[in-house]
Amino acid sequence: MATGRARRVGDNTATRRTLIALAALITALFLFMPLVVIIAEAFAAGWSGYIGNILDDYTLDAIGLTLFVALLTVPITLVFGVFMAWLVTRFQFPGRKLLTALIDIPFAVSPIVAGLLYLLLYGRNGWIGEWLGRYDIQLMFAWPGIVMVTIFVTCPFVARELIPVMQQQGSDEEEAGVVLGASGWQLFRRVTFPNIRWALLYGVILTNARAVGEFGAVSVVSGSIRGQTNTLPLQVELLYQDANVVGAFAAASLLAGIALITLVAKSIVEWRQDRP
Amino acid sequence: MQAEASSISSSAAKRVLPGFGLSLGVSLFFLALVVLLPITGLFIRAAGMGWEAFWFVISDPRVVAAFRVTVLTALAASLFNCVFGVLMAWVLVRYSFPGRRLLDALMDLPFALPTAVAGITLAALFAENGWYGQALARVGIEVAYTPLGIIVAMAFTSVPFVVRTVQPVLEDLPGEDEEAAMSLGASDLTVFRRILLPGLWPAIVTGGGLSFARSLGEYGAVIFIAGNSPYISEVISLMILVRLEEYDFPAASAIAAVVLSASLLLLLAISVWQERSVKRLHGA
Amino acid sequence: MSIEIDAIEKSFRGVSALAGIDLQLPAGQLTALLGPSGSGKTTLLRILAGLEAPDQGRIRLAGRDVTDVPVRERRVGFVFQHYALFRHMNVADNVAFGLSVRPRRYRPSAARIRERVAELLEMVQLGHLADRYPAQLSGGQKQRIALARALAVEPDILLLDEPFGALDARVRKELRRWLRNLHDQLHFTSVFVTHDQEEALELSDQVVVMNQGRVEQIDAPQPLYERPASRFVFDFLGRVNVLEGSLHDGVLTQGKASIHLPAGPRPAGPAQLYLRPHELRLDDQPSQRLSAAAGRGHQSDRCRSPRRAAAGWLGE
Repeated sequence: MATGRARRVGDNTATRRTLIALAALITALFLFMPLVVIIAEAFAAGWSGYIGNILDDYTLDAIGLTLFVALLTVPITLVFGVFMAWLVTRFQFPGRKLLTALIDIPFAVSPIVAGLLYLLLYGRNGWIGEWLGRYDIQLMFAWPGIVMVTIFVTCPFVARELIPVMQQQGSDEEEAGVVLGASGWQLFRRVTFPNIRWALLYGVILTNARAVGEFGAVSVVSGSIRGQTNTLPLQVELLYQDANVVGAFAAASLLAGIALITLVAKSIVEWRQDRP
Repeated sequence: MQAEASSISSSAAKRVLPGFGLSLGVSLFFLALVVLLPITGLFIRAAGMGWEAFWFVISDPRVVAAFRVTVLTALAASLFNCVFGVLMAWVLVRYSFPGRRLLDALMDLPFALPTAVAGITLAALFAENGWYGQALARVGIEVAYTPLGIIVAMAFTSVPFVVRTVQPVLEDLPGEDEEAAMSLGASDLTVFRRILLPGLWPAIVTGGGLSFARSLGEYGAVIFIAGNSPYISEVISLMILVRLEEYDFPAASAIAAVVLSASLLLLLAISVWQERSVKRLHGA
Repeated sequence: MSIEIDAIEKSFRGVSALAGIDLQLPAGQLTALLGPSGSGKTTLLRILAGLEAPDQGRIRLAGRDVTDVPVRERRVGFVFQHYALFRHMNVADNVAFGLSVRPRRYRPSAARIRERVAELLEMVQLGHLADRYPAQLSGGQKQRIALARALAVEPDILLLDEPFGALDARVRKELRRWLRNLHDQLHFTSVFVTHDQEEALELSDQVVVMNQGRVEQIDAPQPLYERPASRFVFDFLGRVNVLEGSLHDGVLTQGKASIHLPAGPRPAGPAQLYLRPHELRLDDQPSQRLSAAAGRGHQSDRCRSPRRAAAGWLGE
């Protein structure tokens, strides 16, 4: 409790209690209750019902595809994010600010629009899609399209986590390393990486959560073909529209579980970063 | 600018830290391929329609209604989040109490939770037979299948934007300003209104702007609770999908081009605003 | 290893930091770059290291033109103002770093590296801290580790950027003495940057006084202090008393006060007399000359220099 500290605005007990109660109430009703609902609905048919729903063939296929997409997306955006952060925080050059602004674009674009962007380009009638079609390569309505669109949507995350951290740390240690004769790779591996470990980890966790949960963009490009191009979020939608509410929430509970792990991971990372 | 240009040509080969060429190459290649190319493609497609066809699509009454519904609901949701966000940031920064960490972590839930999951959950909660839906029905308020439901969904998904933007600013506000005001006899509310709020204002506007931009394009969380009746509770992202399902690619592109331009302009406005307020508060 | 700095110029974003520097620093000497903030001294040091590239001019180390040689290959040791110790490595790994990143062919064996690290830590008297991490060290200890790390690769030149700037006064004095002893033992060429004139005068074999991107004066400490060549140098080094008045016939007058200046050039007009405080003495007997220069032995010697300087500025 705030003893031994100068009194500040809003510190008096009545105000404090009211505000905390209000905040806690709204949060509980608005943010916490949904988690309760997910569990309640998912287990409405008991444990056996839950397991049955999870092990449903199409759901398993959806889980597999979702994991596969994440497995491809995360390393690619990780590598890009690291290069981008290195470029933008360790060098000065004209256009640096513009480049940094460009990373935020996927953040601001509606997922449906994102999906459409790729469909127009790589679909059967798109510029690139048409050319690829001649070689019988189909990207849209197949897993490559899902991966590409997921990369679009998740590419800012790692860079946005790394850039403030690397900017704040400054390049002194790297300069010292260069004077002592380290090569680029040695510098990154032994000097930079240990300093950005936790921010990098959190960026990866965020990217993964977003890659797994992407819905709007994937809706547009996947075609929702059960068993083939259905990701877990799409499966949730399909089950819900089939009026299989319990099944939908069972699948949703897996995604909610990943979300909770993400939140826990963030707390751990923040706690580790605060330690000197 | 001249000195900068000459320093590039003379010292381009002499940068101290290694990896400039490689990281520039990778970043430019990736951004061009993943971000710039598709966006350019859309704008060229939309431009290729010709002005008349473009206008015809955009001015279709159903599309206009969708724009109106989306903008108004996004606005309402962002306003709610501005208030709620400041409240939450205040409570999390100023007070310590058991459960504070949990409350803090929950603020990120909408960010981490897939929108489809949020969608069906909110729909289940606010439907006629849902826990909240039942309670609200007794007071005569209908949420599901109305624009109110859209506002709820948009508000949920963009909670983090205002809270997380205001929190750090609130943490860094100097305590001396408040103490000076209090010592001069101002009441708590006055100090908040005239000393603290002006300092928080840029963060609130930025967070609200981000929240608005996000809500404009929201799809997954909205479609389950909205009811999606044309002219009443159909959002613009759904409108694009509808046109796509009709195989009307030009129409879908036209609408998407408008939405994309709005998002990019908003993004630009927010970053310009941010830079200006940083300059004003901390000097250039 | 001698250092030749030849017509070096450097600007940042249109603002000039170095406006044409020519210096020769002989091998084995400890040179101070002294000046206020903005004088360009750190920029010059970083150019020597290869951490900045000059817009014009050349740098030669022992006769070899290194202007285009990247920093990795220059064989200079650099000690940063805020130490720049690798925070995730312990002290021993920090010191060993330069040796451990050498290409395979030139890399000593792990055992040899350990030996060398132990030697260096002994030299800086911090052998007992080998397993500690930088966050656990005091400022003075961090600085000595940074020095050991720079020396590990046996550089030809040691460059130090305000090495004691971030330390408190007592630690600073101790480290100054210690650095000088180390330099005398190991005989390499060192250049250090400071804005503290006491430090520069106490430590170095020669001082380069810089101001606004130019060299004001280069000299050994004693001659520099006794015969400053410009108003700036006089003012910057040591305390200064300035007496204003008008000079006529060798007498500086202000109102009822007057000073008779010793023999020398006698221009006329408004003038400023610069004196060191210790060159003045209060007397309870009035004197015709009313000045410390009234024939009091070595003090009239001292007064000669400021008088020379005052004469040079009569035009201002």
